[in-house]
Amino acid sequence: MLGQDLSIIAPELLLVLYAAAALMAGAYSPRDISRQVLWASCGLLVVVGLWVGFQSGEAQYAFHGSFVSDGFARFSKVLILFGSAATLALSVEFLERNNLLKYEYPILIVLSVVGMMIMVSASDLIVLYLGLELQSLALYVVASFRRDSLKSTEAGLKYFVLGALSSGLLLYGASLTYGFSGTTDFAGISAVIGDDQLSLGLIFGLVFLAAGMAFKVSAAPFHMWTPDVYEGSPTPVTAFFATAPKVAAAAMLARVMFDIFGGVVSDWQQILALLAVASMFVGAVAAIGQTNIKRLMAYSSIGHMGFALTGLAAGTEEGARSLLIYLAIYVTTNIGVFAFILNMERDGKPVTDISSLGQYSSVHPARAAALAALMFSLAGVPPLVGFFGKFFVLQAAVNAGLVWLAVLAVIASVISAFYYLRIVRLMYFGTAVEPLDGKMPMVHGALLAVSSLAMVIGVFNLFGIDDVAALAAATLVQ
Amino acid sequence: MIELSHFLTVAAILFVTGIFGIFLNRKNVIIILMSIELMLLAVNINMVAFSAHLGDLVGQVFTLFILTVAAAEAAIGLAILVCFFRNTGTIAVEDINVMKG
Repeated sequence: MLGQDLSIIAPELLLVLYAAAALMAGAYSPRDISRQVLWASCGLLVVVGLWVGFQSGEAQYAFHGSFVSDGFARFSKVLILFGSAATLALSVEFLERNNLLKYEYPILIVLSVVGMMIMVSASDLIVLYLGLELQSLALYVVASFRRDSLKSTEAGLKYFVLGALSSGLLLYGASLTYGFSGTTDFAGISAVIGDDQLSLGLIFGLVFLAAGMAFKVSAAPFHMWTPDVYEGSPTPVTAFFATAPKVAAAAMLARVMFDIFGGVVSDWQQILALLAVASMFVGAVAAIGQTNIKRLMAYSSIGHMGFALTGLAAGTEEGARSLLIYLAIYVTTNIGVFAFILNMERDGKPVTDISSLGQYSSVHPARAAALAALMFSLAGVPPLVGFFGKFFVLQAAVNAGLVWLAVLAVIASVISAFYYLRIVRLMYFGTAVEPLDGKMPMVHGALLAVSSLAMVIGVFNLFGIDDVAALAAATLVQ
Repeated sequence: MIELSHFLTVAAILFVTGIFGIFLNRKNVIIILMSIELMLLAVNINMVAFSAHLGDLVGQVFTLFILTVAAAEAAIGLAILVCFFRNTGTIAVEDINVMKG
């Protein structure tokens, strides 16, 4: 019995054991092994990602049904693992140049990844909370990783306060849900709810749970921490924030909504639709005035999360599938964009001002073309892959009868296209400025190329990700 | 006779006090940390009250987990605060304004 449970959580267990061993090695090693630890963590994340990815079969439950490994969890875990491995690989040079390459960094990333894997696999409120906190506590620390920088510590402090507030809201919701259903098990709560009307206590539980998780996916009106944390954190950390934790939080939200409240879709549909509309418009409008590219990417991620929630708000299997496809495309694009941002520097100093990209195409035509493809994809311009992500989401919303939501999403998408295309315009037609002279390491160049080529080549079949996502969504929505 | 609703009311009042403590307080970051703690303890009252009411132990187990995690959270919060203090020399809330969000 225990052996079977342990075999189901074996990937998480391996990562935890590795983190403990690496911490000991880092602490007691006579010389600095930060670089080796970082690359080992990166490799291990890829290996575990492949391992999880090639698992198959029915949903398996461990520890009396409190932890589940099903197609949905596996799909999200693969995204999380590969996304965080890519951002780790991107971070080496930046950390080294800024004297931040310490062995704690990859270990904290690995621990937060374990937290995320537990979040998406949770099938019990206690496990959900513990996974969420494991992820958050590690992220608070990496946000303020540059200890001697005012901005970084301020970002960490803001993230901590608002993250703790959101955990409090989520817990309050969990306590009400537990109290009015009598159990913390997702299947048990779902059985108590059935297809009836929610009781008042459970409605409050649902609202608080949704608010707590909306903080984590940075959906408006709970997005205020995002721009500051993105701007203040060291850029590799920002790249990490923009990928894996967003996937984990969105997947967790989907699991809670479908597994606990699957019988009362109409109750949470309106909450998610409102969150989605607010996020899309905040992301589209507030980003226009930004001059710092990291803040711009923060608003961009708020807007994209709005789109992802639009798919989820459909409340159907098709909606869950569109959410997964959207997240996969979003992560791939963001890895490319951050591979670019990490190399925006002049005289060895990082530059985050957007205007520094003026006439970039005449200095580095290949990089400019790659970024242009990524920006077009983020804006959702057909025929790039980003367009298909939005297309699936809108299709799911329309098929679920949320035509108004789809119309608003298209309007928000048009507004947000403005600031993505402004970057492209600056690179090709802007006024010339002193050129950026960052040397791009090979890993960055490779990831930027892969990510931007994926945006173009993926047009043919999306690399089959839509079929995989359909299978994953089917295991979530029964 | 003290019933479940009384406990829930106390917990709700404490929880709301905690939220207001975070948003209305203009003085000191330590007070924010205390407010966060207050919110989590309000949740614990909820959990224990429900647990006793339902005759189900899971709520109390949940409470123990929350207490443990809250301790870890407070430790990390204070550590970040110490780093922040070293950079600014102050922990007044109105001085957390390098970035405008």
